[in-house]
Amino acid sequence: MQNVSANRLMHKIKPGKSGASSLRSTSFYLALMAGVCLLLADIEIISPSPWLELKAMGQGLITPTIPDYQELLSGLANTLSFALQGMALAVLAGFLLSLLYRHWWVRAFCAFVRAIHELFWALIFIQCFGLSPLTGLLAIGLPYAGTLAKIYGELYEEASPHPRAHLLHSRSLSAFLYTTLPLAWPALRHYTRYRFECALRSTVVLGFVGLPTLGFYLETSLSEGLYSEAAGLLYALLFLIASQRWWLRKTLLPLYLLTAVVFLPPTASINWQIISQFFTEDIVPQPLRTDNPIGPWLVFLWQQQLWPGLSNTLVLSQIALFFTALFALLVFPFCSPLFFGRRIGEVAGQVIRRSGDGLLIIARTLPEYLLAFVALLLWGPSMLPAIVALALHNGAIVAHLTARFGEQIVLRDDACKGLNRYFYEVLPRIFRQFMAILFYRWEVIIRESAILGILGIATLGFYIDSAFEEFRFDRAALLILASALLNMLVDTLARSLRRNLHLNTTADIR
Amino acid sequence: MNAELNLQSSLPGQKARGPELAAGQHTVFLLNNAQLSYQGRAVLNNVSLKITAGERVALVGKSGVGKSTLLATLRRQLPDALAWCPQQTGLVPMLSVYHNIYMGGLQRHNSLYNLLNLIKPLSQPLCEVTELAALLQLDKHVFDRVEKLSGGQCQRVAIGRALYQQQNVFLGDEPVSAVDAYQAEQLLQLIVERHETLVLALHDVELALGTCDRIIGLKDGAIVLDAPSSTLKVEQLAALYR
Repeated sequence: MQNVSANRLMHKIKPGKSGASSLRSTSFYLALMAGVCLLLADIEIISPSPWLELKAMGQGLITPTIPDYQELLSGLANTLSFALQGMALAVLAGFLLSLLYRHWWVRAFCAFVRAIHELFWALIFIQCFGLSPLTGLLAIGLPYAGTLAKIYGELYEEASPHPRAHLLHSRSLSAFLYTTLPLAWPALRHYTRYRFECALRSTVVLGFVGLPTLGFYLETSLSEGLYSEAAGLLYALLFLIASQRWWLRKTLLPLYLLTAVVFLPPTASINWQIISQFFTEDIVPQPLRTDNPIGPWLVFLWQQQLWPGLSNTLVLSQIALFFTALFALLVFPFCSPLFFGRRIGEVAGQVIRRSGDGLLIIARTLPEYLLAFVALLLWGPSMLPAIVALALHNGAIVAHLTARFGEQIVLRDDACKGLNRYFYEVLPRIFRQFMAILFYRWEVIIRESAILGILGIATLGFYIDSAFEEFRFDRAALLILASALLNMLVDTLARSLRRNLHLNTTADIR
Repeated sequence: MNAELNLQSSLPGQKARGPELAAGQHTVFLLNNAQLSYQGRAVLNNVSLKITAGERVALVGKSGVGKSTLLATLRRQLPDALAWCPQQTGLVPMLSVYHNIYMGGLQRHNSLYNLLNLIKPLSQPLCEVTELAALLQLDKHVFDRVEKLSGGQCQRVAIGRALYQQQNVFLGDEPVSAVDAYQAEQLLQLIVERHETLVLALHDVELALGTCDRIIGLKDGAIVLDAPSSTLKVEQLAALYR
């Protein structure tokens, strides 16, 4: 009798279907894909003297200078103004959209606007409004509105439905305002705050295409090899982001926003003719405008740009995803109390953990784009700088979140130490959550892989940027559309993978 | 054992006679041979029940017997026209007592009015809610966040919310389970005063007999008792809990 039931149990938990083994096989395929991609990728070091350049950068880092305080201040002020106004627009639009998030067309619209990177939006709006404040505002505001609407919508769904269900006419807007909204409010605030930090980073990156933010001055001094000046700007940026918790206050926000609008009014010399020409003529495929067959144009574009761009984007992102995972698994113990807690002495543990935390904060504060730009100066244009930049930035985020998740684990007093503890006690417990976090970053890594093309790596961004430079907006539009579709596809795939692997799908880990 | 037998034998006659009511009272709730289930599992079978306006009905029986399921079913018959006081208070912890009570009256105003009131309490509803809070002995806590209150205080806020819904019919699922006996009586009195028809799930049989004029007893998936309270004694009801 006992045997029979044991047998049944065995049948229920088929070895091939159990959660742990599907996690294992997923990790195996991730590594396998990365291996194949590495064979296809171009990771040469082209630069003639990478060590000399590295030395110069190192020297710059320890001798920061600020030659022009006015330039620094205006860069900082512009960065803040763009980020504040962009976020204000995004929060407003995102909130309104989130109220309608149950409609499929709203979800589709949000997915589309956030699938296009803010740098691509900037390249589009520059064609319409020039290098104006309005361009920066829209480039941040539009994709961020899509993201916020999605997260807000998900947070409403996670709020307890009971208080609302107890009311009369519980489907009304008023009932939402009094129950669901306040219940979701703390999470909403938390996420919006995090998103503001992202907006600061994005604004800096917009400087690399010409908007007068810190990124603009950083790009100038980095390309001229003025590493001490670049270091000064870099430290200013780090300080700005790290000090957020002291200056980003709810009560001061209206004042900040008002100042931002007065300082940098979101205006542009709007020429409707140019704008309408851009949307009705320039982005229409050239053969359609000239009454030629569109087939050859599409074939040419596919063979010369779309296919290489898409495949390079995928190759880069898969390698970067793998190294992100590897880097995160390597470094998360250094900021986890499970490894550097009381056991090895209060002070020493604290010191190691604090410095681990500090380094990770720096790595995740610096945008991938900036890291890739610096790595490119070192090693020349290949995939290597992009891989390093993506793995550092995303790995730091994954490691931080993994370590924070690890804080919930309580080990027994006599648990083993060192490597044994890592492999036998901790890794098995955190691996599921770790994979969930990693899959959340997957979409981000793909978006960024495409964008890093602007720096000269042959991903989609490279072809998009070239198309803009050649004023072939029809090609740019098609390529941007392709990148958006790719992102939406990966987003869907990652979500179904998370569901199949029974991974956490809540929003709080992003 | 004796009481149980007694109860069983008195059943058919009670049911046929029904509660004494003036002719012409309209029916508020009606169930005809209904099958009630909770999360897909049948809880109560063949429930036939008629409750007319003006009745004060208590549902009694062991926990898990299906009182809440029956109440939820009744609530679905008049979804937007009855005051509802659930067992799990379902308050919004980060809002004040004032806002949680005001929530009961959202349907009387437009969204903009409600939004303004959420940002800053408006004078007229503030006056009404404060008055109500005084009756519930919550006058010192009107602007306290609900998450700071005790269990009993929370339950009084939930009652306040239901009272502020200002309906003729009141459904309560153990509305006074977390307050002391003296307060429980007072609160039920307040509820009785302000509603024409009541259906209350109560585990305290003395309270049920004292407040309501009709008792419906549930046991083993069925209604086993339906009689005017004047004909019942505490010991008889105790049988339901065995």
